[in-house]
Amino acid sequence: MFDNFVVPDLLPAAPELFLAAMAAVILLADVFIKDSRRTVVFALTQLTLLGCLVIQFVTMTGEVTFTFSNMFVDDLMADLLKAVLYMTVFVVLFYSRGYVLDREPMAKGEFYVLTLFATLGMMVMISANHFLTIYLGLELLSLSLYAMVAMNRDSVASTEAAMKYFVLGALASGLLLYGMSMIYGATGTLEITGIGQLLMTGQANKTVLVFGLVFLVAGLAFKLGVVPFHMWIPDVYHGAPTAVTLFIGSAPKLAAFAVTMRLLVTGLITLSQDWQVMLIILSVLSMAIGNLAAIAQTNIKRMLAYSAISHMGFMLLGVTTGVVGGDARMALNAYSSAMFYVVSYVLMTAGSFGMILLLSRAGFEADNLDDFKGLNKRSPWFAGMMMIMMFSMAGIPFFIGFFAKFAVLQAVVAAGYMWLAIAAVIFSLIGAFYYLRVVKLMYFDQPADETPLVAPLDMRVLLSANGLAVAVLGMFPDILMIGCVLAIRHSVIA
Amino acid sequence: MSSYPLLSLAIWIPIVAGLLVLATGADRNAPLARWLSLVGAAIGFLVTIPLWTGFDSGSAAMQFVELAPWIVRFNVNYHLGVDGISMLFVLLNSFITVIVVLAGWEVIKDKVAQYNAAFLIMSGLMNGIFTALDGVLFYTFFEASLIPLYIIIGVWGGPNRVYAAFKFFLYTLAGSLLFLVALIYLYVHSGGSFSILEWQQLPIPLASQTWLFLAFLVAFAVKVPMWPVHTWLPDAHVEAPTGGSIVLAAIALKLGAYGFLRFSLPIAPDASHELSGFVIALALIAVVYIGFVALVQSDMKKLVAYSSIAHMGFVILGFFMFSAIGVEGALVQMVSHGFVSGAMFFCIGVMYDRVHSRQIADYGGVVNTMPKFAALFMLFSMANSGLPATSGFVGEFMVILGAVKFNFWVAFAVATSMIIGAAYNLWMYKRVVFGAVANHHVAELTDINKREFLILALLAAGTLWMGLYPQPFTEVMHASVNELLHHVANSKIQ
Repeated sequence: MFDNFVVPDLLPAAPELFLAAMAAVILLADVFIKDSRRTVVFALTQLTLLGCLVIQFVTMTGEVTFTFSNMFVDDLMADLLKAVLYMTVFVVLFYSRGYVLDREPMAKGEFYVLTLFATLGMMVMISANHFLTIYLGLELLSLSLYAMVAMNRDSVASTEAAMKYFVLGALASGLLLYGMSMIYGATGTLEITGIGQLLMTGQANKTVLVFGLVFLVAGLAFKLGVVPFHMWIPDVYHGAPTAVTLFIGSAPKLAAFAVTMRLLVTGLITLSQDWQVMLIILSVLSMAIGNLAAIAQTNIKRMLAYSAISHMGFMLLGVTTGVVGGDARMALNAYSSAMFYVVSYVLMTAGSFGMILLLSRAGFEADNLDDFKGLNKRSPWFAGMMMIMMFSMAGIPFFIGFFAKFAVLQAVVAAGYMWLAIAAVIFSLIGAFYYLRVVKLMYFDQPADETPLVAPLDMRVLLSANGLAVAVLGMFPDILMIGCVLAIRHSVIA
Repeated sequence: MSSYPLLSLAIWIPIVAGLLVLATGADRNAPLARWLSLVGAAIGFLVTIPLWTGFDSGSAAMQFVELAPWIVRFNVNYHLGVDGISMLFVLLNSFITVIVVLAGWEVIKDKVAQYNAAFLIMSGLMNGIFTALDGVLFYTFFEASLIPLYIIIGVWGGPNRVYAAFKFFLYTLAGSLLFLVALIYLYVHSGGSFSILEWQQLPIPLASQTWLFLAFLVAFAVKVPMWPVHTWLPDAHVEAPTGGSIVLAAIALKLGAYGFLRFSLPIAPDASHELSGFVIALALIAVVYIGFVALVQSDMKKLVAYSSIAHMGFVILGFFMFSAIGVEGALVQMVSHGFVSGAMFFCIGVMYDRVHSRQIADYGGVVNTMPKFAALFMLFSMANSGLPATSGFVGEFMVILGAVKFNFWVAFAVATSMIIGAAYNLWMYKRVVFGAVANHHVAELTDINKREFLILALLAAGTLWMGLYPQPFTEVMHASVNELLHHVANSKIQ
């Protein structure tokens, strides 16, 4: 009965397989490791991520390769996004280490194992070419994140955040599944490239398709965290332990971007007229509400949450401008700009939350804006790093955030949406206010708390490297930009 | 022509020097930071001198050109060059930087390294603005130069410094974001070029030109500043430390005016002609109305700030009469204002350091205790009111001459400002310097020391040189100004 069974080509999925195996090994090994030697788990986790990065590069072909009966795809976009993903998680774990050690319920090996499983989920999402694969990756990521948010189990805020995240996350997954089933009903296939080809020939019930599309976009919007599906973001960012917020706020944006590309561009590009209108509404609302609400925050995690909403809205502008009047000539320009935006954003946001972790210590969460008061007196170097992050997020040159905004704006203007570009810059101006306020607190105010910073050396070095990367990539953004162009050219619009 | 990349040196020497000064760290190394800054500023000034001595006045082309690819993805180049319009400003800026470092020598005792570094970095960035021939390069320098001034006002400023710093930053950012959209529009319209020189050749329909012109106008009018978007300037001046005021008045205001010559006039000549009446009206309001506003000020810094706005009104008026004498007069006025307003703010700083008040009412009879100072202050007050034989006269005279040819009533209105200018400057001088010794503060004043004398002497030398023998200054402008007017005279509508 196994006559038809063909052993799938495992090479394109080598990093995923390696990570899954290592996560299982670490989970088992953790049982036998004493609390005092928990560093071993940390080291193994980091080595796993480095191993993934190496395997990724070794097995990289530059071509679009399908495997597991076309359910899984490996292409340049997947390679690039996954490489950024490994590095992000690697850095995130270094930033979180001290924080996790200081908080008893989190100081177990589970934190690392869950991080690895979440990473695996994201990798699967990035490489998914099938509705089921997407769902599989998404749930692996989400379930790991629910547990991580609740990990600091004695904290009421964390528990509440986890509940909220779980309920809304389940709802969003339901929406996504419902949309997928509609599209399956219209096309008879779950395979994304198959749907794309089928729609090109135009044999599908448009009404059912668009109906499914609405649910699909709603599900995606929830995962990206754009208005009006953003309600969970501020509460979860605020309630989760900062180390987990750092993780949620950075890496999953890469996966959500990849899924958006796969579903909307590879699968449903023929419906671009319909989903572009939806995305324009989502993105303008996100920039408006994200930037306005961020002004009112006193908690920096909440402020960065609203800032995340506005940034994802800005990124979506790039996705909305790929097809103009049925002409897809601008697609490469637009999607690569959006991808550049996401990668830049992840770099900035990792550094910003890293700064909160740097200022935190045992029994003290530096999550209020006022905790940044007078940082320039306490540590001029790290005040400078945070200043770089904030100006970069505000889109001031020579930092990478400026070129991210520049690339997307350029795509918007090239597509002829002048009013959208003007709206985007006006909301950026509003956004600049609250980033400037952080700089004001650090530089213009006197410190309320003179405690010296206690972070370990490795974290200081990495955080400095992160800040300098934001500045140096801002001066030389070309490599990353061209990387994004190549990735998009050899993947979703191949 | 020199084989050294002089313009790159003029930009990067101050910036690198600024970073080195930052590295000296805490205030126990303050003397080192001061000397290092002075050396950096001095070298930065010395490398700009060959720009003048080696300048070919007969050519209207860009000189000392440097061209290298920067961001290939968007065809952005590291393209530098100077012509007769921009060359003098590079020198002026580098010269003023030396003055500023000297001006803060004994006065700034808190965070000396950061203070000097901010000025050096800003100096490099502003040289970048004057020499950039690529739209994106210009914009990045233009925006990045906001950061140091924001920090300078916010950290070393007066009691209301936070308000002033935010107002300065957000006002300027608001203007320049629309400018960014305009740049991107030109990039798309020109088929993928960011070269300012290519844009100047580009045919553009009148409607687009009008929009471009208005976008430029918003950006540069805020920066100049023109009435009615001038309100940030008095706030910024009053709160800024002396050095900040000097740079703001002497250089930062020139950036906006320079933008008109580099962007508005040559890229949108037809719209410039169309809307010249509107701009001239704004300029006349600035000259006459703001002159009266200056008259009633009780704070000396505010008075000079308003007088700066009035002088910049002269400059804008000179540009929009589209005659060689008007534009050259305006350029001379810009350079002259760099010396004179810088000196005026320094004089006020000298008194403020001793008495800690800028109110005119707190002074009287300063000549009795500070005779040397009173003599030099007299010179600059006269220059600020446009007395013949000082630099202030030359520019104003040329602009009025141009105005007479252009329209008698415009000339009449602008000439009244000579009277208003003399009134507010000399009235302030009389109340502060002459009369009986007003109070014990004035009685205890000590005359200027050698450092202060040196600064004022250097500025006085510049003022008198330009006033008595302006030939070397105007000579370098002729070819470039004629070329510019040639551009402006030719319609670009096709």
